[in-house]
Amino acid sequence: MSVTGPRLQPTIFERSRPGRGGGKIPHAPKDALARVPAEHLRATPPALPELNEPELVRHYVNLSQLNYAVDTGFYPLGSCTMKWNPKLNEWAARLPGFAGLHPLAPDALAQGTLQLLWELEQILCEVSGMRAVSLQPAAGAHGELTGILMVRAYHHARGDHGRNEVVVPDSAHGTNPATATMAGMRTVSVPTAPDGGVDVAAFRAVLGPQTAAIMITNPSTMGLFESRIEELLEAVHAVGALAYMDGANLNAILGRFKPGEAGFDVMHINTHKTFSTPHGGGGPGAGPVGVGPALLPYLPAPRVLREADGRFRLERAGERPTSIGRLRSFIGSSGVLVRAYAYLRTHGASGLREVTDDAVLAANYLKARIAASGAYDIPFEGPCKHEFIASAASLKKKTGVRTLDVAKRLLDHGFHAPTIYFPLTIDEAMLIEPTETESIETLDAFADALVAIAEEAEREPDVVTSAPHTAPVRRLDEAGAARNPNLRWRGMTGELAPCPD
Amino acid sequence: MAYGPHTDADRARMLETIGAASIDDLFADIPAALRASELRLDPPEPELELAARLQGLAARNRTDLASFLGAGAYRHFSPAAVDQILLRGEWYTAYTPYQPEVSQGTLQSIYEYESLISELLDLDVVSASHYDGAAATAEAALMACRATRRERVLVSRAVHPHYRATMETYFAGSGLRLDEIPLVADGPGAGTTDLAALEALLADEAAPVAGVVLAQPSFYGLLEPMSESGRLAHAAGALFVAVVEPVSLGVLAPPGAYGADIAAGEGQPLGIPLQYGGPYLGILGCTDALVRQLPGRLVGMTTDVDGKRAFVMTLQAREQHIRREKAASNICTNQALLALAASVWLATLGPHGLRDVAAIGAARASELEAALGAIGVERLHAGAYLNEFVIDVPDARAVHTRLLDRGVLAGLVLADAVPDDPSVADGLLVCATETTTSADIVAFAGALAAELGR
Repeated sequence: MSVTGPRLQPTIFERSRPGRGGGKIPHAPKDALARVPAEHLRATPPALPELNEPELVRHYVNLSQLNYAVDTGFYPLGSCTMKWNPKLNEWAARLPGFAGLHPLAPDALAQGTLQLLWELEQILCEVSGMRAVSLQPAAGAHGELTGILMVRAYHHARGDHGRNEVVVPDSAHGTNPATATMAGMRTVSVPTAPDGGVDVAAFRAVLGPQTAAIMITNPSTMGLFESRIEELLEAVHAVGALAYMDGANLNAILGRFKPGEAGFDVMHINTHKTFSTPHGGGGPGAGPVGVGPALLPYLPAPRVLREADGRFRLERAGERPTSIGRLRSFIGSSGVLVRAYAYLRTHGASGLREVTDDAVLAANYLKARIAASGAYDIPFEGPCKHEFIASAASLKKKTGVRTLDVAKRLLDHGFHAPTIYFPLTIDEAMLIEPTETESIETLDAFADALVAIAEEAEREPDVVTSAPHTAPVRRLDEAGAARNPNLRWRGMTGELAPCPD
Repeated sequence: MAYGPHTDADRARMLETIGAASIDDLFADIPAALRASELRLDPPEPELELAARLQGLAARNRTDLASFLGAGAYRHFSPAAVDQILLRGEWYTAYTPYQPEVSQGTLQSIYEYESLISELLDLDVVSASHYDGAAATAEAALMACRATRRERVLVSRAVHPHYRATMETYFAGSGLRLDEIPLVADGPGAGTTDLAALEALLADEAAPVAGVVLAQPSFYGLLEPMSESGRLAHAAGALFVAVVEPVSLGVLAPPGAYGADIAAGEGQPLGIPLQYGGPYLGILGCTDALVRQLPGRLVGMTTDVDGKRAFVMTLQAREQHIRREKAASNICTNQALLALAASVWLATLGPHGLRDVAAIGAARASELEAALGAIGVERLHAGAYLNEFVIDVPDARAVHTRLLDRGVLAGLVLADAVPDDPSVADGLLVCATETTTSADIVAFAGALAAELGR
């Protein structure tokens, strides 16, 4: 523990000693539960751990130090946009007026948050070129489901019940096809063109009266702007289908391309990517969904409205019968949205454009440095947007060292690994996204590390294939974890591996 | 640009390395016809001014009233240590633990969360988290359909209206059928799920039922006949889904004790701020038999190549990034940081503290019931409750509005929340927790007596 000594921690259950803790909550009166029938009461208390505050805090602080984080280093994670998470935003979300507001508080008590949400919607409309935005979805995939359910409602409202296919390129995020299934649609996958863009001919071949929507990530998951997007959108609309844009890569196009203006009918925005809300070790996110005029009537309820007198209110239950309804309880992840709002106001119009310019500049710089080294394959030449693909395919042929090994060895150099083996269409892919908040010194150090690893692969491949060597643990038995799942602590069974510390 | 590191010299050097004349050259691939119109937004705002703007907006919210509002989101005390831990950047600025060697903190914390909530639920497995209670409940219903290969779910009308609405939305896409179980109209069981109606709904052989969904406590705060409902569900080959409020499980029988196969619920009461609706914590747990139908991330214990104990995301073959259109759900991002908050809160309070939180809430609710009874305001239902109940107030909506001016937030107006249930048209749903003070209760009773002229 601390800066020296073993790093791994016992579980909180192993730290527990009966009788520790207390002093936080007064004791309940003895008869507090006397009126609750015995049949409803718990027979044995839950086996929760008992710790005093110092033990508890050390447990979580020591655990936290086993994590890589934006606050400690560079995450070149393609498609994830691991930019800086501003401290102002954390402060703002915790302001008692925001943090303590009940979600069912009458509108008169909630004017501050309602105004913030209403303004945020206007800002997101301007950035996306969409007509309106729902702030309800809790994450990107939740936004996708919202979008495709609205598409479904649109077709049904026109009496068009035969559209049950969603067309996605094979380079799409896995959430796209999974969303189609959840919305009761069939996924039709189309191959990517050799230049990395959408294959419009392949799309045309599968579009028809059965097509509900296409889902396109633009820039694509290869970091390339879809230059044939105009042609594709025309083809989609010509068959009566709608176009969904996966906004995961919005950081590449702020102020440069507005999907709504270009003709997309619906898109989601990942606030935890583009607008700096923290990833939190896997969440929370927020996935606002923007729509053009076609889908406006179907937005989830409730929306935030502004009255003629300037006051704000939530839509009432049933006020807009065309709505697809609710995707979750209450209004949305307002605490996340406060952070996104702060970020957007910090940057304003000129700042957002600079965000994209610098993100794209940094990605092209890193790409040029790696390309110049010749250490890795760069499948797509020419300018990329905010991310690019490198591949260890040649390196693997030469040395047996795979992308996975390179990724693990990067950890020893103090860098998080890039996104690997995605998109699925590229052999030994590394998807690298530096973001706009990393300095040129960091970018250089990362490029140097990648090159050094390729050199090491030729010299001492075993060192690379057995990496990481300096992390708290080495490579894990993932197959064993899946074969004999141990998904919870069972203090009484004694079947667990003892804690190494 | 705020937060950006690049000087003009840096940019020039980068462009030179790239071999581009200008940054605009890097955007030449966007067809001219599709280039964005000017961004019409305010100029950048320095932190000094933005901080003042944010404080001003926060101050426009009113959180100073004596509040009796619950209805699915509850104010609880959170010891100072909880937020201090959450403020560590190593937690909140970390990514999803796809590189387990440098993510053992997050992974172990999720494993501990899964374990802690499993203890509360008395079930075998708990997912790493879902969006919120409503989405978790909808996913639970979909799980039941996948597991039984049946296409119809029954949900009690005493389940939170937002949860029922969310289930409807999720079901609309899937072609599955959602039917509501009515409530007992009057007598001692008034407002609880009608078991005779449930039995009749289950008896329709043409439409076999995949799952039966009840909430404990119910939306109206009442304690439901969970054991009997579970038995009826199982007798018809259906799974039993319990929607739970986790703090109540410090004192109430857990889902595992009354035979629930799946439990879903809102984790917000476990020390997570109200925050006008989120981010919250969707709890989703089940028996071992259903684990492969469980959507979302799972963390398990394993070892590294040296035999050291370690934690890793597992059973990923259920998930969208592997299975794509055949995945159990499309969920990707979850609520890891809120799961951490819940874990820290539970570990800080411990088993005795959790029991005290739940029991003090019940004691305060008794006090509230007595104070309101003393001014002639009675509960609408006769059944047992824990810390939330419906009171019968003539002209409830108008009284509720006028009480705001007297500094009292008198719970939830049920005529607005469940407009399709005339039996609660004059109802206010009120709750008490350990944060409710006797002074709040006196203020409420006094203000209500004045409004009603009693």
